[in-house]
Amino acid sequence: MLLLFRAVIGRDLRLAMRRQADVVAAMFFFIIVVSLFPLGVGPEPDQLRKLAPGVLWVAALLATMLSLPRLFADDYRDGTLEQLALAPQPLGVVVLAKVVAHWLIAGLPLVMLAPVLGIQFDLSNDALAVLTLSLLIGTPALSGIGAIGAALTLGVRGGGVLLSLLILPLYIPVLIFGAGAVDATVTGLGPQAHLSLLGALTLGGVFFAPWPTAAALRVALE
Amino acid sequence: MSHRLINWFRYASPQTFYPLAGKMIPWFWMLAAIFGLTGLSIGFLLAPTDAQQGEGYRIIFLHVPASWMSMFIYLVMSFWAAMGLAFNTRLSGMMASALAPTGALFAFISLWTGALWGKPMWGTWWVWDARLTSELILLFLYIGFIALQAAIDDPRRADKAGAILALVGVVNIPIIYFSVKWWNTLHQGASVSLTKSPSMATTMLWGMLLCALACWMYSIAVALMRARTIMLERERHTDWVRTLLAAKE
Repeated sequence: MLLLFRAVIGRDLRLAMRRQADVVAAMFFFIIVVSLFPLGVGPEPDQLRKLAPGVLWVAALLATMLSLPRLFADDYRDGTLEQLALAPQPLGVVVLAKVVAHWLIAGLPLVMLAPVLGIQFDLSNDALAVLTLSLLIGTPALSGIGAIGAALTLGVRGGGVLLSLLILPLYIPVLIFGAGAVDATVTGLGPQAHLSLLGALTLGGVFFAPWPTAAALRVALE
Repeated sequence: MSHRLINWFRYASPQTFYPLAGKMIPWFWMLAAIFGLTGLSIGFLLAPTDAQQGEGYRIIFLHVPASWMSMFIYLVMSFWAAMGLAFNTRLSGMMASALAPTGALFAFISLWTGALWGKPMWGTWWVWDARLTSELILLFLYIGFIALQAAIDDPRRADKAGAILALVGVVNIPIIYFSVKWWNTLHQGASVSLTKSPSMATTMLWGMLLCALACWMYSIAVALMRARTIMLERERHTDWVRTLLAAKE
C-alpha cells in the first residue's frame, strides 16, 4: 500500500516536471491576481496592509482551483485511472497520494511565493511569517477538498466552472481562518487560535476527503 | 411487521409511487392554502404591532418559515441522497433532485425578505452577520447541487454524484456555520443581533407556526409534483409510463 502511495506520488511529480509550463502558469496566475489589487484599490500602504491577508488567500484559492481539473482528467482520459481503480489496494490511497502530489506541485509553490508578494503589500516581518505559515498549514486542505470536486466533475460538461461553483463554498472555512491568522497578528491578538483551527481543518480535510473522492471516481468510471 | 415493511418498499418504485403522489398532491395543496390563509390572517389582522419594530416586523411571517425550510430541506435532501447511495433506489435520487429547487427558492426568499426587513430596521440591505452569510453560503450549496445534476446527462450518474456532493455539504454545514460565526465575532462585535428581540407575543408565534406549516405543505406538494415529472421523464421507455400516457390520450 505504501509502495503504491509512493509510486503514484513519484509518477505525478515526474509528469508535472515534464510539463513545467502548467505549474509555472498557475504560479504566475497567483502573482498576477495579487498584483492586480494594488492597481485596483490604490497604492496607499495602510490600505494594502489591511487587504493583504484576504487578497493573498483568495488568490491562493483561485490558483489552486486552476490546477484542480487536471488532477484526475488526464488519467481518466487515457485509462490509467481505471487500472488504478482495479488495483487490489483501496482507491482512497491512490487519491491521497494524488492529493499529496497536487499539493507539492500547486500548493507548495504558492507558500514559497507568498512572502515575496507580501512584501509588495508592506506587511511586517511577523505578519509575513504568519502568512507563510498559514498558507503552509492551510493549502493541503485546499488540495484535499478540491479533489472531491475534481472527481465529481470528471468528464462533465463545463467542468472547470462547475468545479469552482461546487468547491469554493466549501473553501470558506479555510479562507476565514487562514486570512484571520494574519489579521490577528497584525492587530496584535496572536495567531495561535486560527492556526490551530486551520491545522484541524487540514487534518480533517486530508483524512476524510479521499473517501468521497474515491466514491465519486467510481461513479465517474461506471 | 414484515407486512408493513413490504408495504413501505412497495412505494419505493416509481410505478407505484406515481399514482400515490398524484393522490396526495391535492391534499397537501389544500392544507398549504388553509394553513397559509389562517397564518397570514393571524399575522396581518390579529397580531399586535410590535413595540420596537412597528409594522415592519410582519415580514417574519414569511421570512422565518422560509429560513427554516431552506435549512430543513437541505437535510431532507441529504437524507434521500444517503438512501439513494445506500439502497441504490431510483426514487431517492428523484426526490433529492425534486427538493433542491424548492430549497434554493426558500433560501433566496429568506435572503430577500431579510434584506427588505433589514433596510428599515438596521438601515441597510445587507450586513455581514453570521446568519446572513451562512444562509448565503447555503444558497451557493444548493446552486452547486443543481448545477452538478444539470451538467451530467446520465440520470443515474447525476443522482450519485449529486448525492455525494449533498453529503459532503451536510457534513460541512456546521463547520461553515461556526467558522462564519467566529469570523464575525473576531472581526467586530455584532452591531445588530437577531436574537435580542423581545420574547414574542403568543399570537405572533401562532401566526408564524401556521405559516411554517403552510410552507411545509407547499414544499411537499411542489416536491411531489416535480418528482412526478422527473419520474415520467426518466421512465419514459417503460411500459407503465406508456400505458399511463396511452390511457390519458
